[in-house]
Amino acid sequence: MTAIDAAELRRRTRELLAAHPPATTERTDFLRARFDAGLAWVHYPAGLGGLDAPRSLQPVVDAELAAAGAPDNDPRRIGIGLGMAAPTILGFGTEEQKRRFLRPLWVGEEVWCQLFSEPGAGSDLAALGTRAVREAADGDWIVDGQKVWTSSAHVARWAILIARTDPDLPKHRGISYFICDMTDPGVEVRPLRQITGEAEFNEVFLTGVRIPDSRRLGPVGAGWKVAQTTLMNERVSIGGSRIPREGGMIGPVAKTWRERPELRTHDLHQRLLTLWVEAEVARLAGERLRQQLVAGQPGPEGSGMKLAFARLNQEISGLEVELLGEDGLLYSDWTMRRPDLVDFTGRDAGYRYLRSKGNSIEGGTSEVLLNIVAERVLGLPAEPRNDKDVAWKDLSR
Amino acid sequence: MTAQTEETVAPDLLYSEAEDDLRAAVRSLLADRSDAPTVIARIESDTPYDPQLWKALGADIGAAGLLVPEKLGGQGAGHREAAVVLEELGRSVAPAPYLTSAVVATEALLALGSEDGPVAELLGELAAGRKVAVLAVPFPAAPENSSAAEAVTGTLDGTVTAVADAAAADVLLVPTTDGLYAVEAAAPGVTVEPLVALDQTRPLATVTLTAATGTRLADAVAARSAVRRGLLAGAGLLASEQLGLAEWCLTETVRYTRERHQFNRPIGSFQALKHRMAQLWLEVVSARAAARNAADALATGSPDTPLAVAVAQAYCSKVAVHAAEECIQLHGGIGMTWEHPAHLYLKRAKADAIAYGTAGSHREAIAELMELPAP
Repeated sequence: MTAIDAAELRRRTRELLAAHPPATTERTDFLRARFDAGLAWVHYPAGLGGLDAPRSLQPVVDAELAAAGAPDNDPRRIGIGLGMAAPTILGFGTEEQKRRFLRPLWVGEEVWCQLFSEPGAGSDLAALGTRAVREAADGDWIVDGQKVWTSSAHVARWAILIARTDPDLPKHRGISYFICDMTDPGVEVRPLRQITGEAEFNEVFLTGVRIPDSRRLGPVGAGWKVAQTTLMNERVSIGGSRIPREGGMIGPVAKTWRERPELRTHDLHQRLLTLWVEAEVARLAGERLRQQLVAGQPGPEGSGMKLAFARLNQEISGLEVELLGEDGLLYSDWTMRRPDLVDFTGRDAGYRYLRSKGNSIEGGTSEVLLNIVAERVLGLPAEPRNDKDVAWKDLSR
Repeated sequence: MTAQTEETVAPDLLYSEAEDDLRAAVRSLLADRSDAPTVIARIESDTPYDPQLWKALGADIGAAGLLVPEKLGGQGAGHREAAVVLEELGRSVAPAPYLTSAVVATEALLALGSEDGPVAELLGELAAGRKVAVLAVPFPAAPENSSAAEAVTGTLDGTVTAVADAAAADVLLVPTTDGLYAVEAAAPGVTVEPLVALDQTRPLATVTLTAATGTRLADAVAARSAVRRGLLAGAGLLASEQLGLAEWCLTETVRYTRERHQFNRPIGSFQALKHRMAQLWLEVVSARAAARNAADALATGSPDTPLAVAVAQAYCSKVAVHAAEECIQLHGGIGMTWEHPAHLYLKRAKADAIAYGTAGSHREAIAELMELPAP
């Protein structure tokens, strides 16, 4: 087999473009053809949308396609499927599962959501109480419980789900990992209205939901290990794109400062400059991380970048509301809406201020991430814990 | 094609293999010759600088000539490499006139662009590590107001306060209203009076000139831009010294808190302490990106240099001081003792925060450069 290099990828991309001219090909058809040509995610195996090529070569394909005006699969809209479900299915799924799920996932025909967090198990995810009980008759699993903070649940066809299959084992060991059909009876999705007035997330109630054993991912009882893959991929979200100076939340604030001299005070000036420097340094640190990944030297910095951005977003958006003075007292719209996408830059300062409060909670709280940095990067000892060798059912709740 | 063009324009924030090799050489030299007990013993002696260490670092490894082109007797390397040397010097708080002589004075002389004559000759001596030169300006002088450095008037009479490393210098580069002069430290009419400095590893002195004579190297206009360029390089690369210093403080603090037991546990297992160290790690990682960006901008002569330097200084000063302060606190009583080296790091970090412009003055520079004016 010849090694796939940049030139070969470019050749194959042009071949795809010639066979399916973007101007005359329907979007979904083009995306399916792209998947079948192995140009969806080139580092995936052949036959599953990839070519076993180095991950670092994906930009070659993307650049060619962008230059030709080809449709993309809008990775933001299907982020959970792409970023979390797909690598987990690839790592732990059966051949049959990979072939069934990866193509429609990547094309965006099937949207995914993630049924992990529960009202009583957020940062302590392994404490989850949603039960999956196996039926003696046919081996199907019957699932009962409640999940929360589920983005896209109202539009999702599939969900990755972790549930407790053995309450007699310690909490990390009695969990199994499933693929749940969101259209099945017993799945009820309710909007969860937030601090911003919008319902970006959902609560999902599972009542007697039947999941065939063929939709289990990984061995019974190994769900926590499988979930680690999902969570690791969730946090490796930085990479790809290069952010320009003032590209983040500091941009709108700097713009307001320049355009509205009447708002300036000395106190705000000091805070603006301090945050401007921190935003620029965070941008450079992200750029350095990107260069490390491209050079094949992934560093542990990734775990830290989310921490930095969460704090910066909160401080900058807080400053922005104050800078705006009278206008900062206003809010665009409290009507309950269900946004398709969370788009920070297109919204007003009050929204940014409120929404950014979630940045230090979602995808791992800042406290949990600091523990991860301390223990896994710095090698500091873990705190003693009393939940490791106790059966889940005996834990205090 | 577009992607590739972008790639060449973007700053290179990583370390090259050659830079890693240089780091290894400098680190092993400093481990042998300038460990903490040696530094503590030396700062209490009359000669804080060890001439043998300077010879090994400057001449044998060739670190003194990194910024100087080969045709003038240097290594023809650049600011990225010099930054790596400074990271190691920061990590060991070694007393050595590297920043002042091999960076600031050298850069000021290079700015004069002479290929022969006294400037080229002096550069050759500095690059070979045979001589030490310092710019006779107060250590806190910031690049953007370098005219404040002209304390000496036309006839080489005057006093310059708080000049870093003047006591170790063979040659003083004296900016005056009339131009830039090279004055032998041993010449008649020159007195260098050591001060008792907060940072004992980088001595300060008052330089007094009384009808002294020197060689005029540049006119007033050229002198001003040379001083500015020297201070800009100094401020930019000082960020790497601060990075190395902060890194040492974090590493030592992590090591200590893993070993030290209280309440029947290693103190490093307490979440309140872990979070402080994790936060510090994040600051160090960010400081590295900022310091590398400044070094790369200086090396490539990027038009972005003044901003890159100001950002690095505004950020890294705070990180170094924070790291040293956390190091003292998390070492408990041990951190307050004379025999533990933590105090050397705190003193260096605090002095560095004032050197070549405070964080505040660099933020003011940013306000100007980015058009974010004060009310």
